[in-house]
Amino acid sequence: MAKLNLNRVPMPRQDPIVRGKNFKEVALGYGKEEAQKEANRCIQCPRHPCKGGCPVGVDIPEFIKALREDNMPEAARILKGKNSLPGICGRVCPQETQCENVCTLGKKGAPIAIGRLERYVADWERTNKGNVGSKGSASSQKTSPSSSKTGAKRVAVVGSGPAGLTAAADLAKLGYSVTIFEALHVAGGVLMYGIPEFRLPKEIVQAEVDYIKSLGAELKLDSVVGKIDTVDELLSNGYDAVFIGTGAGLPMFLDLPGENLCGIYSANEFLTRTVLMKGYLYPEYDTPVEIGKQVAIVGGGNVAMDAARCSLRLGADKVYVVYRRSEAEMPARREEIENAKEEGIIFKFLTNPLGFLANGHGWVNAMECIQMELGEPDKSGRCRPIPKEGSEFLLPVDTVIVALGNNPNPLIPKTSIGLETGKRGTITADEDTGKTKKPKVWAGGDIVTGAATVISAMGAGRKAAASIDKFLRGEDKSWI
Amino acid sequence: MYRILLREDLAPNIHRFKIDAPTIARKAEPGQFVIVRVDDKGERIPLTIADWDRDVGSITIVFNQVGKTTNKLAALKAGDSIENVAGPLGLPVAIENFGNVACVVGGYGAATILPIVRALKEAGNIVTSIIRAPSKETLFGEARLGEYSDKIMVVTGDTSNEYHGFVFEPLRELLKKEKFDLVITMAPTCVMRLVSLTTKPFKVKTIASLNPIMVDGTGMCGCCRVIIDGVTKFACVDGPVFDAQEVAWDMLMTRRCTYSGETSPELRYQCYKCAQW
Ligand SMILES: Cc1cc2nc3c(=O)[nH]c(=O)nc-3n(C[C@H](O)[C@H](O)[C@H](O)COP(=O)(O)OP(=O)(O)OC[C@H]3O[C@@H](n4cnc5c(N)ncnc54)[C@H](O)[C@@H]3O)c2cc1C
Ligand SMILES: Cc1cc2nc3c(=O)[nH]c(=O)nc-3n(C[C@H](O)[C@H](O)[C@H](O)COP(=O)(O)OP(=O)(O)OC[C@H]3O[C@@H](n4cnc5c(N)ncnc54)[C@H](O)[C@@H]3O)c2cc1C
Ligand code: SF4
Ligand code: SF4
Ligand code: FES
Repeated sequence: MAKLNLNRVPMPRQDPIVRGKNFKEVALGYGKEEAQKEANRCIQCPRHPCKGGCPVGVDIPEFIKALREDNMPEAARILKGKNSLPGICGRVCPQETQCENVCTLGKKGAPIAIGRLERYVADWERTNKGNVGSKGSASSQKTSPSSSKTGAKRVAVVGSGPAGLTAAADLAKLGYSVTIFEALHVAGGVLMYGIPEFRLPKEIVQAEVDYIKSLGAELKLDSVVGKIDTVDELLSNGYDAVFIGTGAGLPMFLDLPGENLCGIYSANEFLTRTVLMKGYLYPEYDTPVEIGKQVAIVGGGNVAMDAARCSLRLGADKVYVVYRRSEAEMPARREEIENAKEEGIIFKFLTNPLGFLANGHGWVNAMECIQMELGEPDKSGRCRPIPKEGSEFLLPVDTVIVALGNNPNPLIPKTSIGLETGKRGTITADEDTGKTKKPKVWAGGDIVTGAATVISAMGAGRKAAASIDKFLRGEDKSWI
Repeated sequence: MYRILLREDLAPNIHRFKIDAPTIARKAEPGQFVIVRVDDKGERIPLTIADWDRDVGSITIVFNQVGKTTNKLAALKAGDSIENVAGPLGLPVAIENFGNVACVVGGYGAATILPIVRALKEAGNIVTSIIRAPSKETLFGEARLGEYSDKIMVVTGDTSNEYHGFVFEPLRELLKKEKFDLVITMAPTCVMRLVSLTTKPFKVKTIASLNPIMVDGTGMCGCCRVIIDGVTKFACVDGPVFDAQEVAWDMLMTRRCTYSGETSPELRYQCYKCAQW
């Protein structure tokens, strides 16, 4: 057997200076040779811990083996058997804390770059669709013989984020008649309105949406459930089950003086204007996004990194990320923090905003801040930041983006009778099945967990689909 | 795609479209709005649902041509389609028998308030409508509004009518003469603000349909935030109708001008050069 290779094949990326000025994808992906080389590092360990680290249980060693043998249609088929959105997960999964974190090779060196290989296979499939023919995954899984039996049963999926799309794909594959209701004018949820083009090209999201439509799921856009039919009305109007995957889309604000001045955005608004509405192509696209010369992002998660990197690309001179703890506590992915630093984002750690000052015309021109120091660890184990008395200072800014995170949107819970909600407005649902306290209603993704990850939302969609199937086939007669 | 069934030009730059949208028509209530995106590259803009026909499955919008999107809309004719129409959004106005109600309208409000006035009338209220337009040529909507009002007063900026000038004098005179239980206003922001100042000394409850800039219209972005009685609310889900005396009007007017592209405050406030004055 060949000697263990402990170093992963690097992935080519756009130069930081160049990419700081465009919205094209930063990571360029492996070529065939690079993918083969990385795949060859996998030792195909019999206990394959990697699988257990993936929330949807992708058959990792199997697809890597097919990739190694250059059987790409087979690799794609294996991948899509467990993950209907591989092109997306390969790019945005926090692999370093999931599948790659438990890879055997990680004990001695660098774990297999599972995400990058997943991306490679998904991209191969997307660009070679025409050539795959009947061996292709979409067509071979499309019509199962059972479809005539289950086809009569109808399932409504509310929300087309990763949770809804996964549930819809699984149920359509099982032959159910699935309708997806989406409030916005495109499907994809945060994948379309939040995560920027340079991390996740929108063309890829739409290709995955098209795949799910090709499985037979119907997509209704511009459809705000609760405003058109409520969940109860969907059930009484012919749907046999409802899956709720409406995400966590309600932006949190700081509740500080001056927060409603012009030039202060929630990250959701800023990213929706930039990413979903393509404000970076204004005026070719109609939606404007105002960016100043000095921009401050408040927050330290992935959303803050995305907002900071978009600001830079829109032409800001100085972009600050203002975070109240230290770098070690930042919840954003390491890779994204590194990318942001390379591009020239300025981090102001241990700094907290106190309020915003106006320029006399109603626009923000400064953010009052205070320095913090770390105290004793709190219940979550993170050190609590404490303000340093007398350390107040003014940061001159003309745009502020508040990226504190999101709470669940209350529309569905408010308009559905008997749906139980927990603290912060999440819908209460069983972790293994997605069943809510309301008969015939399932829920999953960010609406249940609060803001989390793409893959965990997909995992929830998958579990709910299985539970819905069991219920609709009459195997499950209980409720909770 | 949402087909335009009928187009009518009400006044220079004011147009009425009847649109095929059965799902929205089925649920629309007075005071609600839709978000419209004209084409693939379009912006999402909010427009009030000015009427609906549940049997035919259509809704009506009336819009004022003020900028890019409304100009694009105005270029469409019957038979053409609008890419996206989402709704009905926002909370309906709570309708009951208040007693004596005054409706103060201007701009597109002259047409879009109709469902509210009709519902008020059906609930047994006595309704006086005050409609204002800059001139005789730009006046529209008084006939249809008159059908559902017990009394209608027309105010124009020129001298073509009994009442001329701004709307506030006639409104003040009316409030002095008669006791009102509710005043409702749907008009340009600056007009609604002045209406609220006019009614304040009379201690009559006044509600206004606010028009901040919006993006999604579903509570997701926070762009439409307004301060009501000191508390930040999202107009698209908590409104758009609020108690006019509790609105932080300055903030609303400044934020509405975020994208006006002007640097000086005088130019930013668009009201003075607005077609509706
Ligand atoms: C800027 C940003 C960056 C992120 N980066 C990453 C990352 O790198 N990696 C990662 O794993 N995760 C990331 N996340 C988190 C991840 O995107 C979410 O956890 C995931 O999208 C949740 O999926 P979901 O299906 O539950 O909901 P969402 O993706 O939020 O989708 C919900 C959908 O439901 C629709 N909807 C809501 N209400 C209604 C209604 N009443 N009727 C009809 N439709 C409705 C919404 O319009 C939306 O399209 C990021 C999040 C953000 C905001
Ligand atoms: C709940 C609600 C209901 C509305 N109902 C109607 C209606 O029935 N008929 C109608 O003609 N208009 C209505 N409006 C206002 C309408 O949305 C704006 O006139 C429209 O967005 C302008 O778009 P534009 O691209 O044509 O103009 P722009 O070029 O974008 O702007 C022209 C001017 O309009 C203001 N403006 C821009 N965007 C908005 C916005 N989203 N909301 C308010 N003002 C804006 C700007 O400050 C600018 O001064 C409503 C607004 C709200 C919030
Ligand atoms: S879906 Fe995510 S966690 Fe699962 S194997 Fe792929 S990259 Fe890893
Ligand atoms: S744990 Fe790592 S080395 Fe083992 S099979 Fe999985 S990817 Fe390959
Ligand atoms: S328009 Fe986005 S929250 Fe109201």
